[in-house]
Amino acid sequence: MHVLKQQAQSRAAAALSTVNVSRRGFMKGSAGLALGLYMAPLLGSKGSARADGDNGEFAPNAFVRVTPDGEVVVIAKHIEMGQGTYTGLATLVAEELDADWQRVRVEGAPADTQRYQNLMFGIQGTGGSTSIANSFEQMRKAGATARAMLVAAAAERLDVPADSLSVSHSKVVHEGSGRELDFGELAEAAADLPVPDEVTLKSPEQFTLIGKQHLMRQDSPAKTDGSARFTQDIQLDGMLIAVPAHPPRFGSRLASVDDAEALKVPGVVASVRFPSPTRGGDLVAVLASNTWAAIQGRDALTLEWDDSDAFTMGSEALEADYRERAGKPGETVTDRGDAASALEAADQVIEADYVVPYLAHAAMEPLNCVVELGDDRCTIHNGEQWQTMDQQQVAQLLGLSPEKVIIHQLYAGGSFGRRANPISDYVLEAVAIAKAARDQGNDAPVKMAWTREDDTRGGHYRPFNYHRARLALDADGNLTAWHQRLVGQSIMTGTPMESMMVKDGIDPTSVEGAADLAYAVPALNVELHTPKDIGVPVQWWRSVGHTHTAFSTESLIDEAAVAAGQDPYQYRRERLGENPRWRGVLDLAAEKAGWSTPLESSAEGVKRGRGIAVHQSFSSYVAQVAEVSVDGDGKLKVDRVVCAVDCGVAVNPDMIRAQMEGGIGFALAAALHSELTLEDGQVKQSNFHDFQVLRLNEMPEIEVHIVPSAEAPTGVGEPGVPPLAPAVTNAIHAATGQRIRRLPIGNQLKA
Amino acid sequence: MTTLTINGQTHEVDAPDNMPLLWAIRDLVGFTGTKYGCGRGLCGACTVHLDGQATRSCITPLSAVGDREITTIEAIADDPTGASVQQAWRELDVVQCGYCQSGQIMSATALLQGNPAPDDSAIDGAMSGNICRCATYVRIRAAIHQAAASLGQEVS
Repeated sequence: MHVLKQQAQSRAAAALSTVNVSRRGFMKGSAGLALGLYMAPLLGSKGSARADGDNGEFAPNAFVRVTPDGEVVVIAKHIEMGQGTYTGLATLVAEELDADWQRVRVEGAPADTQRYQNLMFGIQGTGGSTSIANSFEQMRKAGATARAMLVAAAAERLDVPADSLSVSHSKVVHEGSGRELDFGELAEAAADLPVPDEVTLKSPEQFTLIGKQHLMRQDSPAKTDGSARFTQDIQLDGMLIAVPAHPPRFGSRLASVDDAEALKVPGVVASVRFPSPTRGGDLVAVLASNTWAAIQGRDALTLEWDDSDAFTMGSEALEADYRERAGKPGETVTDRGDAASALEAADQVIEADYVVPYLAHAAMEPLNCVVELGDDRCTIHNGEQWQTMDQQQVAQLLGLSPEKVIIHQLYAGGSFGRRANPISDYVLEAVAIAKAARDQGNDAPVKMAWTREDDTRGGHYRPFNYHRARLALDADGNLTAWHQRLVGQSIMTGTPMESMMVKDGIDPTSVEGAADLAYAVPALNVELHTPKDIGVPVQWWRSVGHTHTAFSTESLIDEAAVAAGQDPYQYRRERLGENPRWRGVLDLAAEKAGWSTPLESSAEGVKRGRGIAVHQSFSSYVAQVAEVSVDGDGKLKVDRVVCAVDCGVAVNPDMIRAQMEGGIGFALAAALHSELTLEDGQVKQSNFHDFQVLRLNEMPEIEVHIVPSAEAPTGVGEPGVPPLAPAVTNAIHAATGQRIRRLPIGNQLKA
Repeated sequence: MTTLTINGQTHEVDAPDNMPLLWAIRDLVGFTGTKYGCGRGLCGACTVHLDGQATRSCITPLSAVGDREITTIEAIADDPTGASVQQAWRELDVVQCGYCQSGQIMSATALLQGNPAPDDSAIDGAMSGNICRCATYVRIRAAIHQAAASLGQEVS
């Protein structure tokens, strides 16, 4: 069991980074494994196709039900956190089922490793832009199985051969007689038929939904009339709202509590001291009958903290420390060719340091979780991204078996990785509070709610990173050596994934995107320093290691092109000969952006420039061309971004466009503004006034172009993020001659 | 007791005067479409209408509401402008995570009620207080133009 768990965790971790080889292996191997891999989880628990409630519904497998009134319900094993997965998964089922899109509805699956695991993880969880990739065949088979059984039921009813029937818009039609039966009329009969062992999937030319230009999102209606349910919206009878007080520094220990003033706040019911499952020591939460009272109560606590084990470094000292480490050899990650000699013999050497800050995910819905404790079970209501890992951790905390932890899936108001916490921090905190409250006599459902300030200062950030690079160019401007040293905390170290992921001191998520540089260069030497004495918890943040490696590598290749006196697009292109999909998106973005034509001038005193960047992450390829304007006061405007993406088969093209648009906006926030800094170990920023994100007036025009492809589909949630910052800073260089080597750009252009 | 008129119905709430309207609407009355995002009027997720004015409910104490009519996302479709905004949002599939979109729609509806043909700079002015972390801004802008057009008031 332990080994299985470890394997599952390592697969989870592997899929969260870019282990492209294993992913391709999976896609290729999947056909031969079809029966073993797919049919077992597809079968219902009773081995029949009747839905659990025996309500006349047809449930041929764990992913689809057909109700007697003809509604097709798709069960989504992945969270919908904005990326469009509910629509994507439903598209795959509806395609093979030939269902009427207007009568397809999606429900979130409960936590259940056996039925609902991510086939790339071995656990149920969403991340690494894997949802569509791992579900592409599984969901289609689920739909095709249901279709075959509905057709068989219709054949019996109409007394005609099954092959004389066709299916369209949730109706089975007998062409010869013109008779037709709606799915709803067939549901009950289909439920009594045997589930077929094998089904035939459509060939791509038969697709009517996959690849269509615009299939309306499943979640649009509920998210535009206020009825969509997020964790924050759960109201249960007798429920108490809990707001915890977190330590001022990472590692501070609670020394004393005075809750007298807190208990005077109208609506406050109690304060509870609870052992923090992930922060060490005890914490206190205030419980109240409404959220406002709980916040007021929490803020009225008088707490003393012991900082003797706390992390007390400031950002400047941290950067100086990292800079010093960058001057020393690190663990070898990639060692190809003789970089030292090439640098020695170089005609030109580029030396540059690149720096990126800690970043909070800052999803619009601050972290929260609803917990109902029963005598022998625990029910959780959550926008749950890490289902069966959280389930296991909660079970362990409460001494229950995992199946006694029931998780009801809700929409998440964003996540960007944060709700898949590798140590289940916020979920365990909610459970620990509920347990302490019950032990204290408040046996009520608990909704733990963090404020925006708690969310911003709660840790588990994109790690601060310091990169030092030396590039060698010969007299013709050819790259002869690339030496890069990265300094940054490991995301996997200290999590259950560490033992399987971190090898010889190298966390692959620290170096992904740099270790495997795509450009042809005779000598590539990449080293890593992983500071272990930094007390700031870190976590994957939309596109993980690529968030910083794309910035440095795509800036450095630009620096090389400039030093060589060559066009940055052509310079990249010439070095990507072995990587046709990289070249494909690069060429498409350059063409659509009109790279070869001069940029129109604008107002006097405004400098304009165009920058390009290309990156592969999560097996998808994205190139972006950014156009910027910088006025005489150094005010920057990103005017336009042209984006090309190759993600294999484009299941929902409009969703892909949406994810590229959103990824660009998310990345632009980090490029322009966002930054967490420490003062004596305390996070200085707290809310959107000082942890700034992107607003509408700063959003560029965006054009997205999708490379037509028959390759297996890959992710789109993250890959739009990495190329944006370097495309923008390369454009700034083109406009002004100023090279930005530190994010956020902030006021560097005004210096 | 404070009396609130929300979406045309009156509700008696037992809450201190300094409780922000947001929490009364959500926790006491039970309309949960209006969201908490920052608590400081910085993100716009809590936007409701008070007598038709877009208002950040997270920084509006109950004592400041008076007898003004409160409209939340749940009733925005009852207004022709709100209905066309909602429709445009759906046709363009603006939403991603959706958490901020109630506030976006409330702000967009108030904009169009006051300015039936907003240009991009008017949209910037009215909508830049509403953060969307998924950055659906390209579609928010397009949907506002589309709603304006559908109301027969396209920018000339």
